[in-house]
Amino acid sequence: MRMTMLKKFLIAALFVPLAVLASEGVKLDRAPDRSTDQAALQNGAKLFVNNCLNCHGASFIRYNRLKDIGLTEQQIKDNLMFTAEKIGEPMGISMSRKDAKEFFGAWPPDLSLIARSRASESGSGADWLYTYLRGFYRDETRPTGWNNIAFPSVGMPHVLWELQGEQVMGAEHKLTLARPGKLSSKEFDDAVGDLVAFMVWMGEPQAQFRKQLGVAVLLFLGVFFIVAYAMKRAFWKDIH
Amino acid sequence: MSSSEKKVDCARRNLVFASAAVGGVATVATAVPFLASMAPSERAKAAGAPVEADISKLAPGEMMRVEWRGKPVWILHRTKEMLETLKKTDALVADPASKRPMQPDYIKGDSRSIKPEYLVVVGICTHLGCSPTDKFQKGAESGIASDWPGGFLCPCHGSTFDLSGRVYKNKPAPDNLEVPPHYYLSDMRILIGEDKKA
Amino acid sequence: MSSTNFEKYKSDGSLAGNVLEWVDARFPLTANWKGHLSEYYAPKNFNFWYFFGSLALLVLVMQIVTGIFLVMHYKPDASLNAAGVPVAFASVEYIMRDVPWGWLIRYMHATGASAFFVVVYLHMFRAMLYGSYRKPRELLWIFGVFIYLCLMAEAFAGYLLPWGQMSFWGAQVILNLFSAIPFVGDDLALWIRGDYVIADATLNRMFAFHVIAIPLALIGLVAAHILALHEVGSNNPDGIEIKAKKDEKGIPLDGIPFHPYYTVKDIVGVVVFLMVFSIIVFFAPEMGGYFLEFNNFIPADPLVTPPHIAPVWYFTPFYSILRANTVNFFWIDAKLWGVIFMGLGVMILFFLPWLDRSPAKSIRYRGPIYKGALAVFVVAFVILGYLGMQAPTPAYTLVSQICTVIYFLFFLLMPWYTRIDKCKPEPERVTQ
Repeated sequence: MRMTMLKKFLIAALFVPLAVLASEGVKLDRAPDRSTDQAALQNGAKLFVNNCLNCHGASFIRYNRLKDIGLTEQQIKDNLMFTAEKIGEPMGISMSRKDAKEFFGAWPPDLSLIARSRASESGSGADWLYTYLRGFYRDETRPTGWNNIAFPSVGMPHVLWELQGEQVMGAEHKLTLARPGKLSSKEFDDAVGDLVAFMVWMGEPQAQFRKQLGVAVLLFLGVFFIVAYAMKRAFWKDIH
Repeated sequence: MSSSEKKVDCARRNLVFASAAVGGVATVATAVPFLASMAPSERAKAAGAPVEADISKLAPGEMMRVEWRGKPVWILHRTKEMLETLKKTDALVADPASKRPMQPDYIKGDSRSIKPEYLVVVGICTHLGCSPTDKFQKGAESGIASDWPGGFLCPCHGSTFDLSGRVYKNKPAPDNLEVPPHYYLSDMRILIGEDKKA
Repeated sequence: MSSTNFEKYKSDGSLAGNVLEWVDARFPLTANWKGHLSEYYAPKNFNFWYFFGSLALLVLVMQIVTGIFLVMHYKPDASLNAAGVPVAFASVEYIMRDVPWGWLIRYMHATGASAFFVVVYLHMFRAMLYGSYRKPRELLWIFGVFIYLCLMAEAFAGYLLPWGQMSFWGAQVILNLFSAIPFVGDDLALWIRGDYVIADATLNRMFAFHVIAIPLALIGLVAAHILALHEVGSNNPDGIEIKAKKDEKGIPLDGIPFHPYYTVKDIVGVVVFLMVFSIIVFFAPEMGGYFLEFNNFIPADPLVTPPHIAPVWYFTPFYSILRANTVNFFWIDAKLWGVIFMGLGVMILFFLPWLDRSPAKSIRYRGPIYKGALAVFVVAFVILGYLGMQAPTPAYTLVSQICTVIYFLFFLLMPWYTRIDKCKPEPERVTQ
């Protein structure tokens, strides 16, 4: 009697977490996974250096690390290094944090880890960035003239507005394109996908290597397990 | 001991060896990343990266200093007179032919340089690490000896070097001044810290 | 091991034998080898639950080794570097990116911290299943609870070191609890922090605690824990004392020498543990934000509070108990009650050996009341843990209050329900 009541209680208790999984926060679009696409990562690097590095730093990534995504030293020096002299230097901006705060109003955060820090129950950091960069819309009440569905009242203007065009907030909290930009909607989504993939790479450049090594380690441990277990059985024969 | 007991013992011993072997591999494989983590990091390597020196403004007889890997590197623009003294100091220095490995393979001869007019050496005495002072004045004015042809004097223990950085005989310093790997990016620019790629 | 006298080693004539005899004449080498390993007789019926002691020792060694290599590169400095990022935070990313294999050492250390608590919680649960805290093992249990307390302090101090948003604000919340203590609270909090707010001074002293003070205490306590165990001998899943039945040589009938039997078995346990550990380190080091919290990838900012502050998962049951206290009782306000009950929640563990009045040690021979109580306790503890990670709502607060009551009643009512429980007769010899 007691056991069945106990079982019921235990099973009911297991459902408590599910009840809570009603989604909180903004609904995020899924970012495409381009972590192994070197061409996409290189394109993302170019977009990042040209659009983001003016205000944001990425002080944990050194320029020579870009060799990991298939670029040569010469390519990096010619196309991507604007503020640094040596290829071993980190990708930072030359403005100090204090000056940046005065100049921009708020210190534009360092973006090296942005993809790892923006993860939540609603989605991965990449999903958040993908939604954010495509989610700017015109808002005359804001000092920059822009607002964002993923980050309400953000202080950052829509840097990529020329490429995307101008969106406006319509009925039912949906965004529509009021004025088109240089890229079509699909082309813009693609470009942002590349940029987000690059930022994910920046968050952990050795992620792919880590997974490959993991496979090798687990295979080795599998062999170790077989040998160790056989040894255990050999000794424990006397006991059983 | 019965034969089945012997078999069990054999099985046990073999498995102990096998486990020890696999365990040994695991230990070494685990030790490698930890020991490797003590090697110079990307930050250390970046700070130790090659340094470019612009010698366009270096007049004959003048010396400039650049820093490479925390060490002073001297670039001396030698005059014809200075180069002549090298034949005389041949007899006075301990290793005139630079036989000991204090310079890259492409550094040959008396002048110990790629271009004879420019001496590129690390300005650290090979005795105990002080930085020698330049004594380019000839003769008694230098305060060393009346026949002093010009060179370097280390103030710590008195070692002297000629205008190619070669150490004089019977001095505390055992070796000539080190010539770092370097090459000419152009006539007026030297990259210090790297050999020229073939 | 007790005061058994082992004979000194006599050489067999070989070089190794001579060296061993020389050492043994001057150092209790073979005595310790025999007393703790080759002639330490452990019950032969150890099951799955008995792996976690040796695994805890493994994780301790792993944390110390990875910790040593991390400290070669980490800098406990809260000031901002040239790029506007706190030096401590930047040094962790330096380890992740610029130090060869630094990322692996960091992930091992972070995963190891969580692994330590998983292993220790399961290890403690084993004691509750089989009555391993009962006489004559009360002191063993007490050392264990001290180890648990040190572990919590160690994890708290360690979590501050990366100096991320969660590090800073989690520490802020917990250290503010000290100011709830009447009269001395504010001064105490100021003394602990070393500054008016969590700052560089706090970071540096937590570094000192984490790197040297608490590890030394832990090593001493672990040694004491093992010595206390070996003095009385291990318990087993049947809860009976194997020393009660010995053969003519004085060896327990149900005992087997720890070495080679349990050394060999524990190696298998280690390998399986390393497989699970490696899956996490190489494929999911963040563990969905539970092992490496997302917010901690943002450098600490004293001026920006994150929307949701939660302690790391292994503290959340006690955090729940803290937050469950919402009523001001008598002249003590709710915040102080929360601190009191959170503290009592951990301290009550010390008394377990004296609260349990059952004639049987092991759950196998206890009656249905204890089984039910333990099951309910585990469910309540897990729910408290889950709720501690969520933002509080009225419904959650009510559930955590109920579970807090269950948690305390499990212990406080134990002297009564363990006495009235209908136990089965314990066997004379161990069962498999």
